[in-house]
Amino acid sequence: MAYDHAVTASGPPFRLLPRLDDVNRFFWTSGEDGILRFLRCGACEHLIHPPVPRCPYCLAEHPEPAAVSGRATLHSFTVNHQQWFPGADPYVIGLVAIAEQEDVRLTTNVVGCEVDDLAVGMDLEVTFEHHDDVWLPLFGPARGAS
Amino acid sequence: MSEEPLERRAVISGVGQSAIGRRLGRGELDLTLEACLAAMEDAGLTRDDIDGLSTYPGAGFGPPGFGGPPTPDVQDALRLRLAWHDGGMEGAAQSRAVFSAALAVAAGLARHVLVYRTVTEGSAQGAGGRQSIAGSAGSAGSAGSGGSVPRFGGFLQWSLPFGAASAANWLAMIAQRRVHEFGLTREQLAQIALNGRRNAAGNPKAVYRDPLTLADYLGVRMISTPLCLYDCDAPCDGSTAVVVSHRDYAPDAPKPAVHLHAVGTALRGRPSWDQFDDMTTMAARDAAASMWARSDLGPADVDVAELYDGFSILAMVWLEELGFCGKGESGPFVEGGANIALDGVVPLNTSGGQLSAGRLHGFGLLHEACLQLRGEGGQRQVPGGPEVAVVANGGGPLAGSMVLTRGA
Repeated sequence: MAYDHAVTASGPPFRLLPRLDDVNRFFWTSGEDGILRFLRCGACEHLIHPPVPRCPYCLAEHPEPAAVSGRATLHSFTVNHQQWFPGADPYVIGLVAIAEQEDVRLTTNVVGCEVDDLAVGMDLEVTFEHHDDVWLPLFGPARGAS
Repeated sequence: MSEEPLERRAVISGVGQSAIGRRLGRGELDLTLEACLAAMEDAGLTRDDIDGLSTYPGAGFGPPGFGGPPTPDVQDALRLRLAWHDGGMEGAAQSRAVFSAALAVAAGLARHVLVYRTVTEGSAQGAGGRQSIAGSAGSAGSAGSGGSVPRFGGFLQWSLPFGAASAANWLAMIAQRRVHEFGLTREQLAQIALNGRRNAAGNPKAVYRDPLTLADYLGVRMISTPLCLYDCDAPCDGSTAVVVSHRDYAPDAPKPAVHLHAVGTALRGRPSWDQFDDMTTMAARDAAASMWARSDLGPADVDVAELYDGFSILAMVWLEELGFCGKGESGPFVEGGANIALDGVVPLNTSGGQLSAGRLHGFGLLHEACLQLRGEGGQRQVPGGPEVAVVANGGGPLAGSMVLTRGA
């Protein structure tokens, strides 16, 4: 939908954070060095998300965190208007498909572009937002993309 | 199919419903007993005849007002002597409670199972409007309470940090993907809401009965684009109960028994709101396919469709996956509303659905299908004496569906 003034995509004004444990800690702290990581199977090399103890593709044990490029495409999105959080301006929730393996997706926020410029299929890249011990992977327009 | 599906040994011998309202101020057990007593009377049974009890999901699940009373509370309140009992949330959506009851009857574990679904979400959510799945956690956090803000594990950790706080957000992404792939328009989506409201006018128990126009729909506030307020069902208070009996009882039942012809329970895609293999659809695809594989009937045989509309987009997906139109074609199919009207090709959500009759969480749709097959639809009765109904429950990774027939 069109807006009558330029609205810059952003996340919600308030963050509910994940509870870290031995399974998910690598993911939520990965952004400390600016790099997005997923579990990758050492046998079949599939990326795995959410993290589980065995590769769901080939059932090999001990998948390990592996760096990815941070590039993704916008698979779908929604502009949230409901006041789940009192006082929130509209914010953009995106569903992104990871460049290395398109069946790995993240629900995230799209930031750093105008809401009216959002388009399914647009190229994005990761940027991290730091809260306490968590680095949330958000996505903005890929550098060099029009 | 070489062997008859076992669910065909089960019938719905009676149905009942409590008062329904946005905020009734009555307890969930009170409402449940009202519905259960009505269903037993409708089935020509007393509590001495009931030997099974089942619900979805029961206490301890979901936000306040969602779960309804657990089966032990209902058993004790009615002093039932049970041969079999069941409850819980995992399985083929809300309809799991009916399916497990039918299989218990088919297996000889019970003869007459009381199945109920009770919600008091209207009262629980109060005047503050619809809550996020995190309940009041959001407001606690926004008050700046620092270290006391709860954190989330499980599947919610992948959505809540990004403000994807409700199924409204998760399903808006399916709707937007359909805008992209199929050209879905808001005017098409509106038809689910407008059809529901038209039908609700003939349902004295519906929570919203005032006429709704396309202009009203297009002008109301957004919830999560492209879904607006009228795309979201109406939280309410109410209880629905049915009695699932062995078909041997059908000749003795005072009302025409509604036969369970086939159930749909499959979940072949990933059980996830955001990792499903095709984000234009959902688990409905698998449930519907497995249901028709158990049936010698098909979509062309269906006279009335009661399809889950917790959000309008869900009913659109169900219409396609059940085969009433092609993949991606539900938008054009519902355009103008004629195909889904009471006298249309597929009369849809004849009591108003959850958008207008109230969010009875799948069981309102089941109740209505039984009334329609019995010819008790009153002002909203589908003409011509419907013989086959489809009821579909659930959205996202939750899905269950069933074919019901008048007569065996």
